[in-house]
Amino acid sequence: MYVAVKGGEAAILATHDLVAEARRGDAAVPELAVAQIREQMGLACARVMNEGSLYDPDLAALALKQAQGDAIEAAFLMRAYRTTLPRFGSTEPVDTAKMAIRRRVSATYKDLPGGQVLGPTYDYTHRLFDFALMDDEPQRDPSSAPTGHLLPQGEKDRAPLDAFMPRVPDILGAEGLMEAEVPPEGDPRPFDLTREPIAFPADRDVRLQAMARGDEGFMLGLGYSVQRGFGNTHPFVGEIRVGEVSVEFVPEELGFAVDLGEITLTECQMVNQFAGSKEVPPQFTRGYGLSFGHSERKAMSMSLVDRALKSREFGEATEYPAQQDEFVLYHSDNVEAAGFVEHLKLPHYVDFQGELELIRRIRREREQRLARENEPLPEAAE
Amino acid sequence: MTIHQSIPGEDTKPAYNYAYLDEQTKRMIRRALLKAVAVPGYQVPFGSREMPLARGWGTGGIQITAAIIGPDDKLKVIDQGADDTTNAVSIRRFFERTADATTTEMTEDATIIQTRHRIPEAPLTSGQIMVYQVPQPEPLRKLEPRELETRKMHAWAEYGLMQVKLYENIARFGEVTTTYDYPVSVNGRYVMAPSPIPKFDNPKMHMSPSLQLFGAGREKRIYAVPPHTSVRSLDFEDHPFRIQSWAEPCGLCGAKDSYLDEVVTDDQGGRMFVCSDSHYCETRREQGHRGTMLADASASGLVEAKS
Repeated sequence: MYVAVKGGEAAILATHDLVAEARRGDAAVPELAVAQIREQMGLACARVMNEGSLYDPDLAALALKQAQGDAIEAAFLMRAYRTTLPRFGSTEPVDTAKMAIRRRVSATYKDLPGGQVLGPTYDYTHRLFDFALMDDEPQRDPSSAPTGHLLPQGEKDRAPLDAFMPRVPDILGAEGLMEAEVPPEGDPRPFDLTREPIAFPADRDVRLQAMARGDEGFMLGLGYSVQRGFGNTHPFVGEIRVGEVSVEFVPEELGFAVDLGEITLTECQMVNQFAGSKEVPPQFTRGYGLSFGHSERKAMSMSLVDRALKSREFGEATEYPAQQDEFVLYHSDNVEAAGFVEHLKLPHYVDFQGELELIRRIRREREQRLARENEPLPEAAE
Repeated sequence: MTIHQSIPGEDTKPAYNYAYLDEQTKRMIRRALLKAVAVPGYQVPFGSREMPLARGWGTGGIQITAAIIGPDDKLKVIDQGADDTTNAVSIRRFFERTADATTTEMTEDATIIQTRHRIPEAPLTSGQIMVYQVPQPEPLRKLEPRELETRKMHAWAEYGLMQVKLYENIARFGEVTTTYDYPVSVNGRYVMAPSPIPKFDNPKMHMSPSLQLFGAGREKRIYAVPPHTSVRSLDFEDHPFRIQSWAEPCGLCGAKDSYLDEVVTDDQGGRMFVCSDSHYCETRREQGHRGTMLADASASGLVEAKS
């Protein structure tokens, strides 16, 4: 009797061994600790937390380790874990006005209450390699420190920041110049797109949620497109703030809020022009972005697209990709997109056989037809 | 701030519920399934969960199977008609691990058959459930990209666009050039994507005694064809629907009635056609059917002789 040779199962198990080997790399090089990734690859961890929709720096670091630094694969690990977690409730809304500021910049005012706080940023670095980092433990000679190292040494020498740092859109809002943010009628609990299917047109809570977990590169490209002309926004960075906010939860049995701890957030509010209408006097409109960790590029891109997606509500034309909720929401999810793009490597030989059969037949029939047409005609009947 | 649950591993299996999904999620999926069965061919949105397997790799089918499987079930998983295709192996292992599933390759023994791209050749029977993995549940999507519009088209049974597309195919190529995922009309009402099965398999859906469930995980849709329901492939009176056919029978088992895969045997144009349904082919060989290329296939390692 003949049976088909089946190598599938053994081959799959072998790939698990091979990927473990590839992940570890040269065994002579010390293994990375998860804590090292968490502490020294913080921006990568922030991206994984955002796109994995789970605030957990340790797990983000583990995901990056396990995925050999592949951010999308790491986000996938986070999500597959997150989906199994029990939900014991929703926290109180976090208040970013009360953020413990690390960085806060505004492009609309030269100075404002609380001032401009540059904080840790690559913005003003010259992108020159610091070859000292090639050493395992870079030894810094203070006398040879590049100019620009003005950070007062020691915590006590640093001037404390103002305790009160109002959000820039709130300053504009006090003057009535900023589109007000009002919750929908009855302030319903926000939609949860990880538990319910999205319907279109999508409301703003759904859109913001989808963008918060959307691929940073995709959001960046979309945001860039509205700036370049595929959409017409002319935004100003009202404010970007990065820092820690506390998360509070009201357990039913207690009836009062309990502080669960703090998380790092990046918030970006873009100020956009809007001509107003018969009912509404001219005012600025808002584009909002919020993300986990220090992730300015993501928050800025998100706020650009958030404003573009409001086009329909403002009665503007929605002819460009960034203005269309179906386009943005369906295609920004990189775990879904990667899955579907990469499924093309699965076997398709049944479908392909159908195409082969068809194209061979159509070509055969065409050749037969051409042969018939080319047969010399009997005497042309003039 | 986070209190980590212990991360479940091989030795802490009970950390995951039976068949991976929690019972509330299963209930949500079953409700969607009931609605889908009640309105044949209608796409029911459901709260598709993130799965530990990639989107586009069968997460819709996996969620349906997880919601309906029980300890008494026998599960068969096929991809391209075969039980040993890599992704079929992976999905079968998933259910063996999470649901202690009894698996089988025997079409007639299976109570649940999860499939990608094929319907088995052996006729299905009453009580069997087919679970299709669906990449794109919307048959109109390539004609109209917006979900907002396609839902209206279904609501109004406005399928003119599809007819025009089929007509344009005929005008250009002399026939409809869709070879798989060929659109069907279910119970005379909804136009439905049969998933990317070859059109060869479409007639098997018509009045099938089995229950047919369709899951699209990434697109978050579930739909169904109840047993004994009409499934008509769209066509025209003067251009009736027809299925693929081959000039030669299966090289291994000699079957003339099965869907064939093409195997390239050398770089000189050598070809062999073999059944895509591996179980059907094996069963026929066990019954003593011999294809003309069986000996060659044995020599090339595609099959092996077993005493």
